[in-house]
Amino acid sequence: MRAMTRVYWRLLGAGFRRQSTYRLAALGGLVANTTFGLLKVAVLFATVRAAGGDVAGYDLGRMSTYIWLSQALLGSINLSGRTDIAERIKDGQVAVDFLRPLDVQAAEVTTAVGGALFALIPRGIPMLAIGGFVGMALPASPAAYPLSALSLLLGIVISVAAAYLVGVAGFWLVETRGPQICYMVVSGFLAGLFVPIQLFPRWLELTAQATPFPSMMMYPIDILAGRVGPAGALTLLAVQLAWLAAVGGLGQALTRAGRRHLEVQGG
Amino acid sequence: MSAIVETRGLTREFTVRDGRRRRRLTAVDDLTVRVEPGEAVGYIGANGAGKSTTIKMLTGILVPTSGTVTTCGLRPVKDRRRLARQVGVVFGQRSQLWWDLPVRESFRILAAIHALPAATERARTAELVDRLEMADFLTTPVRQLSLGQRMRAEVAAALLHAPRLVILDEPTIGLDVLSKQRLREFLIAERRTHGTTLLLTTHDMGDVQRLCDRVLIIDHGRLAYDGDLVGLGRATGAERVLVVDLVGPSPDLTGIPAARHLSSEAHGLRQRLSFDAEATTAARVFAAVAERVEVLDFTVEEPDIEDVVRRIYAARR
Amino acid sequence: MIFLRRSGGPRPGVTDELALRVRLRPYRAVLASRARSQASYRANFALDLVSSFLAALVELAEVWVLFHAVTRLGGLEFHQILLVFGLADLAFSLADLAVGHCDNLPTYLRAGTLDVFYLRPQPLLLQLATSDITLRRLARASVGLVALIAGLAVNDIAWGVGAVALLVVALASGCATFAAMFVWAGALQFFLIDGAEMTNAFVYGGRYAATQPASVWSRPLKAVFGFFFPMAFAGFLPTLRLLDLPAPAWLPTWLGWCGPLAALWAWAMALLCWHWGVRHYRGGGG
Repeated sequence: MRAMTRVYWRLLGAGFRRQSTYRLAALGGLVANTTFGLLKVAVLFATVRAAGGDVAGYDLGRMSTYIWLSQALLGSINLSGRTDIAERIKDGQVAVDFLRPLDVQAAEVTTAVGGALFALIPRGIPMLAIGGFVGMALPASPAAYPLSALSLLLGIVISVAAAYLVGVAGFWLVETRGPQICYMVVSGFLAGLFVPIQLFPRWLELTAQATPFPSMMMYPIDILAGRVGPAGALTLLAVQLAWLAAVGGLGQALTRAGRRHLEVQGG
Repeated sequence: MSAIVETRGLTREFTVRDGRRRRRLTAVDDLTVRVEPGEAVGYIGANGAGKSTTIKMLTGILVPTSGTVTTCGLRPVKDRRRLARQVGVVFGQRSQLWWDLPVRESFRILAAIHALPAATERARTAELVDRLEMADFLTTPVRQLSLGQRMRAEVAAALLHAPRLVILDEPTIGLDVLSKQRLREFLIAERRTHGTTLLLTTHDMGDVQRLCDRVLIIDHGRLAYDGDLVGLGRATGAERVLVVDLVGPSPDLTGIPAARHLSSEAHGLRQRLSFDAEATTAARVFAAVAERVEVLDFTVEEPDIEDVVRRIYAARR
Repeated sequence: MIFLRRSGGPRPGVTDELALRVRLRPYRAVLASRARSQASYRANFALDLVSSFLAALVELAEVWVLFHAVTRLGGLEFHQILLVFGLADLAFSLADLAVGHCDNLPTYLRAGTLDVFYLRPQPLLLQLATSDITLRRLARASVGLVALIAGLAVNDIAWGVGAVALLVVALASGCATFAAMFVWAGALQFFLIDGAEMTNAFVYGGRYAATQPASVWSRPLKAVFGFFFPMAFAGFLPTLRLLDLPAPAWLPTWLGWCGPLAALWAWAMALLCWHWGVRHYRGGGG
């Protein structure tokens, strides 16, 4: 068991270090996230003002938290559906992965989470700094901080585990680019990347809540922005855990089925 | 007649980042060369000796740091577009074809790119398809071709507009013996019928021996040898080797005129004799061997190009 | 090309037209074959169309949900922003369809494909621009087109020669401006390795900005997306002019007619960067 933990710990570290080599890319991401952040500020603040200072529980301070936190998380939450596993399935490398004494899903997810955690440093912290500079609403209760940190971690893992599902579809599909782009388009929207889902019409909000996407980004932000209290935070965490179990379990089942499929088809 | 390639003091430096430090690296150093129309020149050197950089300067992709270059009487960077109509380049490593289109379609596009009149296009395509034996795979998408087929298609693509100068960068790399042979025969014929000038870089001594009447060797960007093959043989002492498999065990085959016994294996069943290509021919050495013993099979090994280059480099230091 | 000049007919006009057709032949040949090859992979192409359509639809939905929360934003109502979105998104989609593949320049650079362009007798940028066409983006354009038509239908427009001319000018120059953005971003890839995200912020961020009411922007944003990257000229300013709406600070409505100037500026910037990029690649003076 300890040996096993060590393996995943190292994979986490490898993912972390690999990200650290793309310095210029990180700078580019910073410029991109700031630019989009400012555009979001313009249009969403105007929305709050037009609504008389409060829209669906968001005042200017909470909207600011939403904007800069969502920009901070962009580099860490996989909303693109792009994964390494998709590439390895395509070029047949995955057959080698199956020979290793590791769970393919767990290894992939761990490495990706390592990269995502690293990305918080060059891409997350500067956005939070901007948010802090221009002013963000923070939760009243100190309990919200550990809860939102946990929620954030869950959000990252859920996003990675869900993107993994798109990747393993490659066991059965020749080309996964189409589904991946569809995933990217839908996931960003329903995760509340451009507009908080509470601003959606009721039916669309319910639709979003029926998917794992709000668990990736919206819920951690709701907790940290103080839009929900500690009780509400615990409910959101429970929802996140349920989605993690669902996408994780499905990924495990698909990985096994994919392996059988490979063995039958001979790669 | 004016030269087809003429360089004077051609030099190209690069700035490379070496960790944190930047340093200047001279890829081509004071190169002065003149190639006449109709020549076939082998351009040889170790990896990183400056071959690709030279080719890029000849074709206008790179600007020289100093010195001058004219290709087909034009300044490559300034007159790139006019030059493109007179030069054809085959890169062994990168494709000029459209990978998802049938070969024929790629040729049609290239004909349009070079503004070939319909009649010229038809005639030239037919000539190339026939000479390079491409009829079988004309309708196959490029990505499905074997390496040998793809290489032939690449050569045809570069020569479709009947360029005066053809530059080939490692054209036979990775090809099997038969494909190499076919390609070489084609290039010889092309040169004979159209008077095309050939400039090729290669790691294959066979290419040089069959195709080139002049060799340029480049070492760390500097010209280390310019002359014919005979002179190169003399300068390096590189020899060809005849390997014979005999019917029965025999004593060492010493005393063959102009040849030297190198080694025997399996009680003399296989023997190796080296000979100076200038002093005699493989046929003469073989005839002398066949007079003495019964030969089952034989091959001729070319001197290794790396070896020739190494000897030239060593002689300069 | 020599044969062409010699074969000149009696009337100069005819010769010019013929010369132009021959000059365009290479580009036509490449584009036609690209289009054919994309359409030939039926199943993939259908899925690509769907995902491209979905992307545009979601972009429209992002605008719509805001107007669901409030009725008026930056002085515009939803039926008015529909016109902004329609104009800007259609222009962007058409530019994306035609030259969006300039995004692939880093791949071309790494694989050395760009060197092959140097060996052909056409201008480099023109070769790159016409080296591909992404038909799946037709699906994207259809969303913009429907939004534009709907916007024109539901708004009270004083139709006349002026209104039609304004629309045509806005759409054409918007398209040119976005195309210039793609070229500008491509040109910077000669310098930036792994830096595509930076330029994407302005190309795709520009598209996002162009579909917003520019009146809500802060001053720095007005400077960046109003003028430096002239995104407001694609949809917002022509809409103000067309619907005769009050002008926000810094953005007078007569600017609605200035799309061509914006396009010219964007292209000047793009070509300058392209020139620098190619110089850097060839290593002249660098």
